[in-house]
Amino acid sequence: MKIGVFVCHCGSNIEGTVDTAAVARASMLFPEVSHAEDVMYSCSEPGQEAIIDAVRTHGLDGVVVASCTPRMHEPTFRRAVERAGLNRYMLEMANIREHVSWIGKDRTANTNKAADLVRIAVEKLRRNRPLTPKSFDITRRVLVIGGGVAGIQAALDCADGGMEVVLVERTSSIGGKMAKLDKTFPTVDCSSCILGPKMVDVAQHPNITLYAYAEVEEVAGYVGNFNVKIRKKASYVDWVKCTGCGACMEKCPSKKSLDRFNESLGGAPAINIPFPQAIPKKAVIDAGYCRQFIKGKCGVCAKICPTGAIDYKMQDEVVEEKVGAIVAATGFDLFDHSKYGEYGGGRYPDVITALQYERLLSASGPTGGHVKRPSDGKEPKTVVFIQCVGSRDKSVDRPYCSGFCCMYTAKQAILTKDHIPDSQSYVFYMDIRAPGKMYDEFTRRAMEEYGARYVRGRVSMIVPQNGKYLVRGADTLMGSQLEVEADLVVLAVGAEAAVGSPQLAEKLRISYDKYGYFMESHPKLRPVETNTAGVYLAGCAQGPKDIPSSVAQGSASAAKVLGLFSKQKLESDPQISQVNLQRCVGCGKCETTCPFGAIHMIDFRGQEKAEVIETVCQGCGICAVTCPQGAIQLEHFTDNQILAEVEALCQF
Amino acid sequence: MPVLAGRELRIVGFLCNWCSYGGADTAGVGRFTQPTDLRIIRVPCSGRIDPLFVVKALLGGADGVLVSGCHPRDCHYASGNFYARRRLEVLKGMLPILGLEPGRFEYTWVSASEGQRWQHVVTSFTEQIHTLGPSPIKTAFGLGMTTAMSAMPEGGKHAAA
Ligand SMILES: Cc1cc2nc3c(=O)[nH]c(=O)nc-3n(C[C@H](O)[C@H](O)[C@H](O)COP(=O)(O)OP(=O)(O)OC[C@H]3O[C@@H](n4cnc5c(N)ncnc54)[C@H](O)[C@@H]3O)c2cc1C
Ligand code: SF4
Ligand code: SF4
Repeated sequence: MKIGVFVCHCGSNIEGTVDTAAVARASMLFPEVSHAEDVMYSCSEPGQEAIIDAVRTHGLDGVVVASCTPRMHEPTFRRAVERAGLNRYMLEMANIREHVSWIGKDRTANTNKAADLVRIAVEKLRRNRPLTPKSFDITRRVLVIGGGVAGIQAALDCADGGMEVVLVERTSSIGGKMAKLDKTFPTVDCSSCILGPKMVDVAQHPNITLYAYAEVEEVAGYVGNFNVKIRKKASYVDWVKCTGCGACMEKCPSKKSLDRFNESLGGAPAINIPFPQAIPKKAVIDAGYCRQFIKGKCGVCAKICPTGAIDYKMQDEVVEEKVGAIVAATGFDLFDHSKYGEYGGGRYPDVITALQYERLLSASGPTGGHVKRPSDGKEPKTVVFIQCVGSRDKSVDRPYCSGFCCMYTAKQAILTKDHIPDSQSYVFYMDIRAPGKMYDEFTRRAMEEYGARYVRGRVSMIVPQNGKYLVRGADTLMGSQLEVEADLVVLAVGAEAAVGSPQLAEKLRISYDKYGYFMESHPKLRPVETNTAGVYLAGCAQGPKDIPSSVAQGSASAAKVLGLFSKQKLESDPQISQVNLQRCVGCGKCETTCPFGAIHMIDFRGQEKAEVIETVCQGCGICAVTCPQGAIQLEHFTDNQILAEVEALCQF
Repeated sequence: MPVLAGRELRIVGFLCNWCSYGGADTAGVGRFTQPTDLRIIRVPCSGRIDPLFVVKALLGGADGVLVSGCHPRDCHYASGNFYARRRLEVLKGMLPILGLEPGRFEYTWVSASEGQRWQHVVTSFTEQIHTLGPSPIKTAFGLGMTTAMSAMPEGGKHAAA
């Protein structure tokens, strides 16, 4: 075998702390290496050409590229060797950037280590075999999880592109947070006026199946062929019969259920349609507050319902759907401000969250759009906004910026003046972060046109006093202390990952960060993909972002799905397990171990043997370790290959 | 820095592609300085790691072996890390029987986002190995400390084949 080694400078990224020429020289001493050179940027066009050239002129059978992480450029170099006429699996990479040059400053030690990594790669490559992928059919349907604006956009774009879409929403209506907003920055247009039509489109689109009040229970399969189990939670109302007339809500004697849509500002009947524009517009019984469930007698709604839709005996139902791709758009939740004892810890009735304030501002809200204090229903004259409550604060484990609070606070200060012209707003802020189009201009208008007083500094404490709230804070620009007597305090609570995000990530087999946000495959270059093929991300599920970005990402993930589905067939990864029939004794250990059910036992000339189902095998290699005979081997990561790497490392 | 100041020892790392290898990448991208003794072998899943690989490395003279996979329930292959944990726990108990110091082998979980945690894992494990010193096996078999570089010819053109 003739092996070529290409050691990349990556400009100064590697060359700065690794002597790449020396690594290339050292490589010439490794077995079967017949060519070695250092290259400025091996991933660039000339860099790839140099590799292709060398393969052709020196008749190389395999290539080692020592450069960045294979998680970045393995596909690039695989394509390059393929263009040179080799099988794409005759390539190995040595990661001398992320694992060497970027983490150590000692040039000698780094150069040594880089040479060792090349050596491992050479030893592995010597045992590589050409592999050929098989192709398989795709189910051209997509599952979108989460019906906020990001999920709605992804679903509509996929559906318009001719794909069948299954949309699963946890609550009884789609719309997400945006449906609760009054107006949206920076244009101050009515939120439900721009979202409403999109929600109706979802309901009416022939390609979209909507499961509201449902959750994803189980995900099996792989890109192109996922099997999903969806739990439709019991609503105790037959949605086929329910017309959404609302008669039940009016007559229900229990009005104390949590009004989740109005952020618990009021009570809701135990049987409830969350808001008039809800999609689907169907009632759900909250069993925790329903007298029929608690006391075993009531039945008012069943009597009143003109279509006889009430069904107290309804059970959860699990449905199965087959899809080829998945978009996770589960959005965010609000930070629970009760962790801030100095702001009342959630006990002061007139210290509310910004989303509650949105409901107070909204004409469809609990006060009909009149801003009234929750405690006594009076119109507040002095409103204090406190930013960064649960954002940029290490002490509550939320060190990140939630991104949209500066903007929505400015919006709310503007709207406050619109609603109550003789009011005065104060905004306590840390920095104003308004980098979007027309955003900075917008926050300026809040100050200059609407007279909101912006105070740079944190609030140390809120004390109730004579029916008002004494807000004590620092004005760090003036270098003085400040006390404001507020009628209402609005906390710009930050964003956190939606409840249950880590559990969902585990079902989808995607990564999540320490705060529960789903991780994209590459923060810059693959922002809507995950490391699991066929699973994409949109909206705040990936990290807090505003509506324009959520919508853009929704469309981007739809584009990825359409791109995936534009292929006639998908190629399966040939790095899967193979059974050596001669060695296999048919004990079946591998069959019981494989987490994907990718192994079944077959009859081979009268003997029981294991067989790997190619499209189902994910290539983890768990079976290879299990087999007592060493009969099952993971292609490209065989025992011999890994042991050769170990040996290479121990020879020194 | 005690580790960097001393002589390098040989530590073999087995890392799963999805979580820990990604975490090591994240540490690199974040420029989190680490001792240079560790060399990483990439495997698809920690469940692919045969305890024999670890034994083989230690018997081959490696001063330490570090295995790192995904956090429980966060495995790209659903449950590979549980298999790994079970197997490697058994291995850990057997090392003294084989005459190997159990401290030379460690099994950890690092996710792709935990660059800082990876830096910590590498640094503290390397320190642990330096405290134990060079592998007794190496001295017993009279293996010397030479790396690829010391066998290199000085100067000369390298690109010619
Ligand atoms: C007070 C406030 C004011 C704001 N004002 C503005 C503004 O004026 N302009 C602007 O651009 N942005 C504003 N934003 C930001 C805006 O709300 C978000 O950008 C937007 O809602 C993100 O949409 P999303 O679809 O990603 O998430 P969400 O709106 O959170 O939607 C996620 C959906 O997924 C569902 N879901 C969650 N988990 C699951 C699960 N496991 N299974 C099924 N479904 C699930 C949820 O029920 C929800 O319906 C504001 C935010 C707040 C808090
Ligand atoms: S574990 Fe090995 S021997 Fe047993 S059935 Fe599977 S492949 Fe055959
Ligand atoms: S490598 Fe083995 S255990 Fe893993 S999915 Fe394939 S057959 Fe199953």
